[in-house]
Amino acid sequence: MTTQASGPAGSRDGDVLLRVENLVKHFPVRSSTLIQRGARDFVHAVDGVSLEVRKGETLGLVGETGCGKSTLARCVARLYDITSGRIEFDGTDITRLSTGKMRPLRRQIQMIFQDPYGSLNPRRRVGSIIGDPFAIHHTASGAERKRRVQHLMELVGLNPEHYNRFPAEFSGGQRQRIGVARALAFTPKLIICDEPVSALDVSIQAQIINLLADLQRELGLTFIFIAHDLSVVRHVSDRVAVMYLGKITEQAPVEQMWAHPRHPYTDALLSAVPVPDPASLDRRERIILVGDVPSPINPPSGCRFHPRCPKAQQRCVDEVPDFIPRLGDEATHLTACHFPVMDGEDISQARPAISADLRVVESSIPEGSLTGISGGEAS
Amino acid sequence: MTYNVGDAVAVGIIEETPIAVVAEGEAAKKIEGHSPWVLAWRRLRRDRAAMISLAVIVLIVAMAVFASVIAAILGHGVYQQFRGPSPAGLSPTGQPVGPGSTFWLGTDDQGRDIFVRIAYGARVSLFVGVVATAVTVFGGLVIGLAAGYFGGIVDSLLARFMDWLLAVPFLLLAISLISVVNVHPIGPLKPGLPVVITVLGFFGWAAVGRIVRGQVLSIREKEYIEAARALGARPWRIMFIDILPNLLAPLIVYSTLLIPATIVGEASLSFLGVGILPPTADWGEMINNSQNYYLYGSWWYLVFPSLALLITTLAFNIFGDGVRDAFDPRGDLFV
Repeated sequence: MTTQASGPAGSRDGDVLLRVENLVKHFPVRSSTLIQRGARDFVHAVDGVSLEVRKGETLGLVGETGCGKSTLARCVARLYDITSGRIEFDGTDITRLSTGKMRPLRRQIQMIFQDPYGSLNPRRRVGSIIGDPFAIHHTASGAERKRRVQHLMELVGLNPEHYNRFPAEFSGGQRQRIGVARALAFTPKLIICDEPVSALDVSIQAQIINLLADLQRELGLTFIFIAHDLSVVRHVSDRVAVMYLGKITEQAPVEQMWAHPRHPYTDALLSAVPVPDPASLDRRERIILVGDVPSPINPPSGCRFHPRCPKAQQRCVDEVPDFIPRLGDEATHLTACHFPVMDGEDISQARPAISADLRVVESSIPEGSLTGISGGEAS
Repeated sequence: MTYNVGDAVAVGIIEETPIAVVAEGEAAKKIEGHSPWVLAWRRLRRDRAAMISLAVIVLIVAMAVFASVIAAILGHGVYQQFRGPSPAGLSPTGQPVGPGSTFWLGTDDQGRDIFVRIAYGARVSLFVGVVATAVTVFGGLVIGLAAGYFGGIVDSLLARFMDWLLAVPFLLLAISLISVVNVHPIGPLKPGLPVVITVLGFFGWAAVGRIVRGQVLSIREKEYIEAARALGARPWRIMFIDILPNLLAPLIVYSTLLIPATIVGEASLSFLGVGILPPTADWGEMINNSQNYYLYGSWWYLVFPSLALLITTLAFNIFGDGVRDAFDPRGDLFV
């Protein structure tokens, strides 16, 4: 997953494996009282996301909890029906494909899940779990299935003799390897990793990340890698997209993003990455964002980040910023911001130029309005 | 620029990976893994009350299976009425005869051997208990799975129907239903065993269905169900391969506790005169009939069938408790 020679810069359109256009996913929220059942609100989990994933690359997807990363992933995997937009996979429009027509394609799009405890059925043996893809698609049975399962177990660094064990007999890292083995059964073209290492401790994280990198090199896999740990994302990704409240705010090749963060949100996220060398601490001021992510039921107008943005101005409230290259960036570096951060600019001391009632102030969060929604993982 | 944490850790760890796996492999040979079923059975074996109950259940089952053998050994048929002087099944005044060397548990009002009739009655009780429980659990399982997994309108309809069924006064409806069927049999719903089992199953499955539905609602949100859907698994496969194994333990526990309840249910119907039809030997019917003769001192006629019912249900209940504890030492099973 290190940046490869056939990097995204020189790729042609034919290399695009996945194209998402203006993807929208709204979840209806039932009002709790019996009488007002008709009145419905919607959680705007993903609200107009467009992105491309090229063959063989790793696209990192970062953002706070509840920003819609996982929802986006599940829409792409067609685990959710999408509200509007278009998903094209390997030249096929899969947006409205029926369950039956989608089934053969599922071999090509696989997911690795966040929770190595929740993603393996506790009542089934490991061999049976990893053999599931073969059973579902009727491709191998009996001794042949066992042979292929044990091959997969070897591939991900598990002892094939543990075929008959239950998930509870494995550690977290080993369980995640089981999840990887299951996803690899048909050598899918696209693997969506939904925070595959967030639940693991740091040394195990590295094992799993290296495993994924090795597999990518050997099998030519393409990854969408969701995480909120920026150092992990930087390590694995070729390109990174930053999400905030259901929209992509910035997208760039990974080194571009780290060298020239344009969106104030990206800048704030990067400033929060722990620095192992204390001497270099003074190089980047910590930008502290106030408050929580606003409610996705009623997202802010204009730029969605404006209530928390230190650079916010009236234009940010009125006008949705275009997602285009800013400040003379390359065509691959897109930012949705009216007032992008210039190189060397320190926004930690900036003060927004919008009236106070449009801003999120720490003490002014109305009770129950934001906290309840942003607290849960919008998966 | 920030230091890359991932890089450093990754380089340090990657060489260690195979070592870790090998070490784990060696340790695994000593610590043998067991399925939840084996572990549950071992815990059950250590539960003395449950094992005694199991022995009692085995005895009762043996009594039912070998009822005809018991009858042959004693020389007293189940319908045989000993009205003559030798052996005297009835007293000179026409009353039942008390326990003795000929009739171990006495006779009933017709001069029939109560011990033989209790043995034959065990057949009915156990058969209805097991079959009606199986019908109940199977119906509740399938309908609860469908309601919980599909959700939406399917769930609304099935859940409301279950609520309605649970709200219906069971005994009143059962009595009227069976009374009608006893006069006008509807297809396979014939008087006696078929209608009793049908009625018990019909009014019982909703309780199981509700429990299963609740469990499915929580299990279907698990990531492993999402993983199965991402693999392209069909609904039936998810329901029966992924969800069902997680329901088996609670269902087995519920079933063992449901059997005594069903036995009591059948006995109640027979006691009320709408269950098993005479002259078939049945505990509920015997208890009902004995009331008239208890007034005249025939205590054995009331006590022994009642004891049979009590011991059977008690044994099943204690055994069911043991099964529950064995499956769930932490106590978070839903029963």
